[in-house]
Amino acid sequence: MHAIFFILAALTITGASAAMCLRNLIHCVLALTLGFVGLALLYLFLGAQFVSFTQILVYVGAVAILAVFAIMMTRSAGPHPQPALSSFWITGCITALATFAVLAWAIIHSNIITPTPAQPAVSTNQIGDALMHSFALPLEIMGLLLTAALIGAVIIAMPQNRSSK
Amino acid sequence: MTHLPLSQTIDQVFVLSKAAIMGHIPAPFQPIASAILSVAPVLVVFPLLFAITTVLERKGLGRMQNRYGPNRVGPFGFSQPIADGIKSLTKEDVIPRTADQVVHFLAPLLLVLAAFLAYAVLPIGRNMVIANLSAGVLFFFAIGSMVELAVFMAGWSSRSKYSLLGAMRAVAQMISYEIPLVLSTIVVIMATGTLSTVAIVDAQARYIGILPHWYVFTPWGFCGFILFMIAATAESNRSPFDLPEGESEIIAGYYIEYSGFKFALFFLGEYLGMFATSGLAITLFLGGWSAPLSSLTWIPSYLWFLLKLLAFIAAFIWVRGTFPRLRMDQLMAFAWKFMLPMTLLNIFDAAVWHLMPHNILRWLVCIALLAIPCLLLNLNLKQRKQLQIRTYRFAD
Repeated sequence: MHAIFFILAALTITGASAAMCLRNLIHCVLALTLGFVGLALLYLFLGAQFVSFTQILVYVGAVAILAVFAIMMTRSAGPHPQPALSSFWITGCITALATFAVLAWAIIHSNIITPTPAQPAVSTNQIGDALMHSFALPLEIMGLLLTAALIGAVIIAMPQNRSSK
Repeated sequence: MTHLPLSQTIDQVFVLSKAAIMGHIPAPFQPIASAILSVAPVLVVFPLLFAITTVLERKGLGRMQNRYGPNRVGPFGFSQPIADGIKSLTKEDVIPRTADQVVHFLAPLLLVLAAFLAYAVLPIGRNMVIANLSAGVLFFFAIGSMVELAVFMAGWSSRSKYSLLGAMRAVAQMISYEIPLVLSTIVVIMATGTLSTVAIVDAQARYIGILPHWYVFTPWGFCGFILFMIAATAESNRSPFDLPEGESEIIAGYYIEYSGFKFALFFLGEYLGMFATSGLAITLFLGGWSAPLSSLTWIPSYLWFLLKLLAFIAAFIWVRGTFPRLRMDQLMAFAWKFMLPMTLLNIFDAAVWHLMPHNILRWLVCIALLAIPCLLLNLNLKQRKQLQIRTYRFAD
């Protein structure tokens, strides 16, 4: 069991760190996708089928494609020569270290309760029931928000000279 | 085991033989042996079906176009796939100098991997499914969405304008048609209340009199089935939605820069994807492995699945030989202005069907709810387009 966890964790971390380090932006997105897949497999390993498949469907199927399209629309396909380190790398390092230090301090100084983890057997049916009954209103509000965003996107994408007709 | 009647023994022959083999394997190796025994048949049968389909398709298309098709290799040309296989294996594997080597190599593998993974949740016969997941339908679509990434990787890494154009077209088309594809299956999930493919087939493997309880024989099921098949044709990039690989304009689309066995892998992935979506359509709307009449249940369940799949393949070949290719704007307009409203309406229709009392009025109301908006939508789209007789500048 532990071996599987370490393999999946290594896969996820490799993907995520490759997404930071690679020079070509498209390669970065593909590496990030590997990280997403690793996360989805970790969810599956934890017994959360629904979350895992949704992760693949949304992040691999939609978000990665969206990112790729955004990169291709905004810059030419060829690799761009850039220095390996950006000009403000010292500031970046200090910020990262400070954030890490604060988080580590918070984790170390919190009183950790190790509960006996009751195996939560959440089936897809239960998730569906919860979404349709107790969380129906938040779901509807999300739908409304997304519809508004969709209409906004269509209006932005519509050609300007339509109004003169 | 000996108490089973003969027809049931034949029906369960693969399940029983697997159990018999498993009895001889020591316990520590049983999980992996079970996995291999379940997966190996799929890895053999469906590529073989792909080989048969290529020759059937070429012969069928040839027949429709008044020519012979392949007729040199073997009896009636039916050994053509073997020749094709040897040819693609021995051909030089050309990689363009400017291509992105790693991504160019990974793209066909990812495509075939995704195509094979989709079979994990298809019930091929009674008790014959690799993984009975409680979110099986969701798994199928999640894996299907990985194909888009593979297509993009192939098109982008080739560094050719044709392949990039083809990949862009393919991704745009697949994303647009994925929405009606997923939404058209919701009616079945509403009816059964489960995402498990096995449970969906079990819900349909009942008979009312001699007629089967398939969802295609309800107004919402029929409409959903038609919409699903249109979207599935578009998802598998087949004619009349084959503009990502239109031979006459962008030569072969996203896999133009592939040769040899990688090219064959693309073909394999595409056909396996087509079989898998057909299999899902059979599972969701046509009762999976169940027989079409209650008196025909003595024929083994896997044969019924195979027969239905072959019928789907024949229909796909027929459609390919019949319809001309769509234009990009027509394709998009069809997806967003016709398919999407119809799928949403179909979901509403399914809800009405479940809430109304079981009588003839329910049929009339549900059919009218679908037919009238469909006609109005068609009329509206036709008026917008202002169709007129096309004039050809150079051909007249």
